[in-house]
Amino acid sequence: MSNQENRNSNSESNQPMKSKKRKLKRQAIHPFRVLVQKEVSDQVRSWRFIILLAIIALTCLGSLYASLSDIGKAIKPNDPDGSFFFLKLFTLSDGTLPPYIIFISFLGPLLGISLGFDAINSERNRGTLSRVMAQPIHRDYLINAKFMAALIVISVMMFALGFLVMGIGLLIIGIPPTPEEFWRIVFFNVLSIVYVAFWLNLSILFSVKFRQAATSAMAGIAIWLFFSVFYNMIINLINRATMPPKYAPPHYIIGHEKLILNLMRLSPSQLFSEATSTLLMPSVRSLGPLTMEQVHGTIPSPLPLGQSLLLVWPQLTGLIAGTVICFALSYVFFMRKEIRSR
Amino acid sequence: MNQTIIELVDLTKKYGSFTAVDQLNLTVRKGEVFGLLGPNGAGKSTTILMMLGLTEPASGMVKVCDINSTENPIAVKRKVGYLPEDVGFYPDRSGLENLMFIAQLNHLSEYEAAEKAEELLARVGLSKEAHKKTGKYSRGMRQRLGLAEVLIKNPEVIILDEPTSGIDPTGIREFLELIVQLSKEEGITVLFSSHNLHQVQQVCDRVGLFVHGKLIAEGDIQSLSQQLFANEPYIIEAGIAEKEVPAGKEKNGHKLNELLSNIEGVTSVKQKGKLLQIGCSQDVTADIARQLVGAGADLNSLHKKEYGLDDIYNRYFEGGAYE
Repeated sequence: MSNQENRNSNSESNQPMKSKKRKLKRQAIHPFRVLVQKEVSDQVRSWRFIILLAIIALTCLGSLYASLSDIGKAIKPNDPDGSFFFLKLFTLSDGTLPPYIIFISFLGPLLGISLGFDAINSERNRGTLSRVMAQPIHRDYLINAKFMAALIVISVMMFALGFLVMGIGLLIIGIPPTPEEFWRIVFFNVLSIVYVAFWLNLSILFSVKFRQAATSAMAGIAIWLFFSVFYNMIINLINRATMPPKYAPPHYIIGHEKLILNLMRLSPSQLFSEATSTLLMPSVRSLGPLTMEQVHGTIPSPLPLGQSLLLVWPQLTGLIAGTVICFALSYVFFMRKEIRSR
Repeated sequence: MNQTIIELVDLTKKYGSFTAVDQLNLTVRKGEVFGLLGPNGAGKSTTILMMLGLTEPASGMVKVCDINSTENPIAVKRKVGYLPEDVGFYPDRSGLENLMFIAQLNHLSEYEAAEKAEELLARVGLSKEAHKKTGKYSRGMRQRLGLAEVLIKNPEVIILDEPTSGIDPTGIREFLELIVQLSKEEGITVLFSSHNLHQVQQVCDRVGLFVHGKLIAEGDIQSLSQQLFANEPYIIEAGIAEKEVPAGKEKNGHKLNELLSNIEGVTSVKQKGKLLQIGCSQDVTADIARQLVGAGADLNSLHKKEYGLDDIYNRYFEGGAYE
């Protein structure tokens, strides 16, 4: 080749490289970790992640401001949640901006979708998929690494934001959280991660199925809009159509209530909001309808953490199940797909 | 050198009712440059994918370096470098980073990867562009980077799928020279698919002709042409001056045809405008020239043509020899 000159000029241009090289590790790492590292750095460097991070950080600070400006009025006598003052940072709002949990339940899906919608199809469109697949790695490494990397990014981000809100709140109100409050916040963060992971996997599934990144993003956003806007409307329609008469026997009315509630729970955002409100508002004792007899004689006191966790266990498993189903589907589709160059 | 390194036995691949590769038998010997030649959609890429274990055959067996690709693709991929058609890189990473990533997937440490990557970038002539993002690379540079990437795992075999499509002629020449050099210097077996005859002819030791999923001929170019043009190993093209032709095209042509056919050794004469194609069983160029000039024809050019892949190709694909 034409490269005698190239080779010579090279030795000079390589000098800075040589010194840099000393810092490089001499130990080979497992290919899976190489893939995950690359994916994480891809995500973090990408513009869309920076934009999303900015949006979410802004809304968090906004909701923090909204809750702080109203927090003085939140202290009421006889409030069952009164001893969980710190958690109000996450749930309270002065009406100008929704509280933190609502923001997360609204923006979380967007985050998940945007991190995953082009996971596989962009590799294919750039012509890198067949190249990576020709390396001595198992095929599922790639999709696992994509999922893993996005999950790591989401986890770090969620915890960072959660703790940021906590820290700023701590600075301003000056009351430290009790250990129980702290753990409730940690579990809330874990729950948010699972929730975002569900949307992430849904969008990875679309990215395997659809060749065009735009199509898969649209499909993800369509489902998100469906659940956050239209699903409630549909449930309302069903509710009105099947409403038993006012004087129907109580078990009819309860049965109907339960049916509607279970239909609502098909939506992941409903599961998420039930679970988060239980975790962050310890006075929530039940997520279904309660009869007068059941409530009769109870003391309006908050539930301990363990009981709250037990209460949201079905919601949590539901979300995890949804996540796993989406991942399993995308895994199967991906493994069956023939790897062709673009 | 005569050791078999790629072995395909009765390999078949079906997509629904469509048979992409049909009962294919092929062996490639160690250290040779083998060209898979065929029109688009002949099943070349599918065959390559099966060699790498990226697609499962419907029946038959593929062995690369004595390892069954279908059962043990990882072991095969450790020894085989594959450059896909229209290779792509991560556009927001530099060439060096792209190379290092692949090197690390092959169990090299970061340090070794950097060292090796630089060496190979120099080898393919991309040292100056090592830190440039691959999104800004030209097609030819991407292809060369692809070759560096293929080499980074110290392969025994490299498989190139249409490596020259979309590069300019100089780029193609350089690229092919690089391939040949590699094969000779390091004893790497090269299998490369193409629909471009001349490139294959330039670099390949042996060629396999592929149509509709079948290998219809195999061998070096000489033996292929002998096999195909057994009775007409030579073709001589004679150009006759323009003014001669309109004067009495038909008549004159016939006259010349007859004249030429009478020469011993000439087996066929065809006329295409002012060009006469004369097929002969032996080299009778001098006789033809004498006859033409003697007949008063203005001989403009006389050209002895040897059979190239073009003719082989035409024989098969247009001449209908394969029906």
